[in-house]
Amino acid sequence: MALPARYSRSLDWVTVAIFALMVGLGWLNVYAASYSPEAPAGGLFSGLSFQELMAFDWFKQILWIGTAVVLIVVLVVIDYKAYDTFAFVLYGGMILLLIITPFIARPIGGSRSWLELGPMRLQPAEFAKFVTALAVSRYMASINLRQQNFRDQAVLAGLTLLPPVLILAANETGQALVFAAFLLAYFREGMSPLILVILAAAAIILILALLVPKLWLVGVFTVILGAILAFNNKVLRHHLPVSVGVWAVVVGMVFGVDFFFNNVLQPHQRKRIEVLINPSADPLGVGWNVTQSKIAIGSGGLTGKGFLQGTQTKFDFVPAQSTDFIFCTIGEEWGWLGTTVVIVLFMVLLGRVLYVAERQKSVFGRTYGYCVASILFFHFAVNIGMTIGLAPVVGIPLPLFSYGGSSLWSFTVLLFILLAIDAYRKQDLVR
Amino acid sequence: MQYLEGRKYVVQALFLVVALVFGARLFYIQVLDGSYKLAADRNTLQRIVQVPYRGLIYDRNGQLLVQNTPVYDLMVVPREVKQLDTVRFCQLLQLPLEEVREGLQTARAYSRVKASPLVQNLSTPELATIQDNLIDFPGFSIKARMARSYKTENMAHALGYVGAITPAFLEKPKYAKYLPGDNLGITGLESFYESVLMGRRGVQYRMVNVRGIEKGSFRNGEFDTLSVAGQDLHTSIDIELQKYGELLMQGKRGSIVALDPKTGEILALVSAPMYEPSILTGKGMGNRYMELLNNPERPLFNRPLMATYPPGSVFKMVNELVALQMGVVTPDTPFDCNWKLVRCTHRHEAPRNVTLAIKNSCNPYFYQVMRASVLRGRSTNRFEDARLGLGEWRRQVMSFGLGSKLGVDMASEKKGMIPSPEFYDKAYGYHRWGYKTVYSLSIGQGEIGITGLQMANIMATIANRGYYYTPHFVRGIGQGGPRAEYLQRHVTTVDPKYFETVIPGMQAVVDGRGGTGNFASLAQFGISVAGKTGTVQNPHGDDHATFAAFAPAEDPKIAIAVFIENAGFGGTSAAPLASLMIEKYLRGKVVRKNWEYWLQGSADKFVKRR
Repeated sequence: MALPARYSRSLDWVTVAIFALMVGLGWLNVYAASYSPEAPAGGLFSGLSFQELMAFDWFKQILWIGTAVVLIVVLVVIDYKAYDTFAFVLYGGMILLLIITPFIARPIGGSRSWLELGPMRLQPAEFAKFVTALAVSRYMASINLRQQNFRDQAVLAGLTLLPPVLILAANETGQALVFAAFLLAYFREGMSPLILVILAAAAIILILALLVPKLWLVGVFTVILGAILAFNNKVLRHHLPVSVGVWAVVVGMVFGVDFFFNNVLQPHQRKRIEVLINPSADPLGVGWNVTQSKIAIGSGGLTGKGFLQGTQTKFDFVPAQSTDFIFCTIGEEWGWLGTTVVIVLFMVLLGRVLYVAERQKSVFGRTYGYCVASILFFHFAVNIGMTIGLAPVVGIPLPLFSYGGSSLWSFTVLLFILLAIDAYRKQDLVR
Repeated sequence: MQYLEGRKYVVQALFLVVALVFGARLFYIQVLDGSYKLAADRNTLQRIVQVPYRGLIYDRNGQLLVQNTPVYDLMVVPREVKQLDTVRFCQLLQLPLEEVREGLQTARAYSRVKASPLVQNLSTPELATIQDNLIDFPGFSIKARMARSYKTENMAHALGYVGAITPAFLEKPKYAKYLPGDNLGITGLESFYESVLMGRRGVQYRMVNVRGIEKGSFRNGEFDTLSVAGQDLHTSIDIELQKYGELLMQGKRGSIVALDPKTGEILALVSAPMYEPSILTGKGMGNRYMELLNNPERPLFNRPLMATYPPGSVFKMVNELVALQMGVVTPDTPFDCNWKLVRCTHRHEAPRNVTLAIKNSCNPYFYQVMRASVLRGRSTNRFEDARLGLGEWRRQVMSFGLGSKLGVDMASEKKGMIPSPEFYDKAYGYHRWGYKTVYSLSIGQGEIGITGLQMANIMATIANRGYYYTPHFVRGIGQGGPRAEYLQRHVTTVDPKYFETVIPGMQAVVDGRGGTGNFASLAQFGISVAGKTGTVQNPHGDDHATFAAFAPAEDPKIAIAVFIENAGFGGTSAAPLASLMIEKYLRGKVVRKNWEYWLQGSADKFVKRR
């Protein structure tokens, strides 16, 4: 066991400070989002009983933050080696939990993914993120991604894909999509950039296929490819089969998108994508959420309507306003200055996490650090993106800001395991 | 592995690009694009319009004529209507099934979630039977509002009525402040003084949540305005006189207009046949309105303002006055009663001066008076002479308020017609007509047309010896006086001294031996009435009877014009009727009950068919 005194000196207090600031601001906005103008007295000292206070999100969030602090102490006191050592054990346990969750959970909001422990409700999918991050980092430390060893790569892919597949089975699409973030960490550790390029290209083609008439798209693509082959002899000589193959795949994708759209996606998912392309497609359904969310943020102006003064959020025009759509409250009450502060805070946190990751001497530590940054970034990008109409509505929270115990705990654990590992990085040298 | 370290910059760049895109997008929707702010206000702000209390209407003695009483509308929210037991519902409302179905259809077409009226104007007793049973019919509710009710059975034409605004009105910019279902004055004073009577609507902005539930005032009511009650109208109508006039006109067609010549105030305005103002209120108002509209007697037609007739002999006064002003005749100018020129009314003493001519209503005399006015040798061409003469004559005649709208405070007024030279040019051709073509004008027949109001105004002008105030109904708006234009004196082109010379003739009509209007005499009460009978030739049936007068002749307090369709000679019916009105107004009561009895009933009895 490490000595606490030495330990406190080596802990990255910068990250801790940013974390504390974000959680504090998050709580303020959860308070604003769950504040009701008719019952403004719902303060801590209003004489309400514990039971009555438990009806308020802001009060429960205080309890979640309190327990998160306890969690932090436990996390940093535990021997850092435990994370390395027990990574696979944790992973195995998590997989089991994900398998049994749909069988023992009551259905809430269309999915069986919440476990109830007394008054608390926890979502195993939230915790699958850091457990998977630990497991893949551990595995990464034992292989070399650049070696093109197919078996190692397959195992890594399997480790990464198993949790989201199980989560998808429990109908939590958003939480499953988060696992795509791991690709960023793998990229840093040597994964061929071609995979990222191909995925990005595929995404662009799919989106274009929905927006542009298909024959146009195929025509333009064929002309471009033909031009490259006609004017570049080297490509024509060496890569003709590959070119033809790429052409076939692209054309297949363009024409297959309708099949994917209509037969693979579920109706509500289809709607979310339709709405992203055209917000007025479903003005009272999913489009409502996006429209009202944009109205809330847009009506904030430069400096916002003021703390507790938001009308869009106070009067329930914005759905899930203390959880997934907490950014609306920020945007409406604090304006562009507020949203900019939040974005800058995220950038500082992500930058710091990348900095911490880069200073790790072990592949395990660095990979884990990149996993942490990637997961946080994915949540940040998709959550804010959906509130301002740049990403489809995917039910994932804004890290450290959104109300909810599972989310707060999982991001706390995610982050502080990295800080715990980081605090011992000098000992790692000895090792 | 060193070469991989460069990839951290790729990751950092990705993070930064996304952050910059978000920042820019947020700057656009939050700072640059103002439409989201409006959208947020539209979401949460609900405008509640408070309809103020409509102004009351009083008569000249302060008697209340029109007031407001609560009525109830049955409202329906189509979406909330569940399994309607239509049979029971129709029984309860006592409405045919079709009407209920149609009403529901209309409501659905307007909005499924907003309340719209299904049955309007239920009275308090009607409400009582419905209200208790309403609980069995979800989606239906009662909304109370104020509606007009009347303390008088008379004066419907002047008062006008109030009704729901129609979609066609709503589209006009003038009615931008009105909402569907709002009431407004549609005819009469209710319409003319709408802006005064309606008051100012109050607007409250309420914030509502996503389910439309009120969440308090917007910015502590900073933008709210209180409603201001409408202003009361103090009319110049003497409701007792009005009532008496309507009684006398029962069973006839025609009009009575009584003015106070000193102010132009309208004391009574009767249009027969008439209807009770309360007919156009309450449940079933629409059906009753259609009944009135389709009635062949046309009770909705406001005759004193809208019906134009040739004035008949009453016009001889104007003819004479114009000639005197032109200097072509003097009060003592004699003319023969020459039947070759035009047939006279009856055999009478020689019209040696204007008094005798008026007393006997001598047609040839006034033929020659107008000929003197028109043919003045301005041109050697007799057609051109007549043309120039008629133009000058018309200009002076129009200074009596004829041939144009007087400007009474009611929208439906007609201007009548004093034919111009151009009119005859068109009808007969340029220089194809002379005095012989237009001479009927001299005795108030032919192409000339004036309203009952204009006829009364001629009397007021003579009573005032040369000027008039525009006739008007309202002498006081709220605490103030009448509209400014009604305090303006209109002077005719004729010198006051000439007016004095025609009045003795008018007095002789009533009180002189063998005068045509002897039945109008009030000499027994010491009241000198100056008047003139008239018989208007009617190509469609029996002649119309008119009588116009003012009294007392020395200090006139009332000017009156009576017009009874198809009642023949004016002296028989119109003259006594006018005198009863004068008696009623000046003495407060009528003692000549025999005349009252004589005048009751239809116009037929006055006609001596030849």
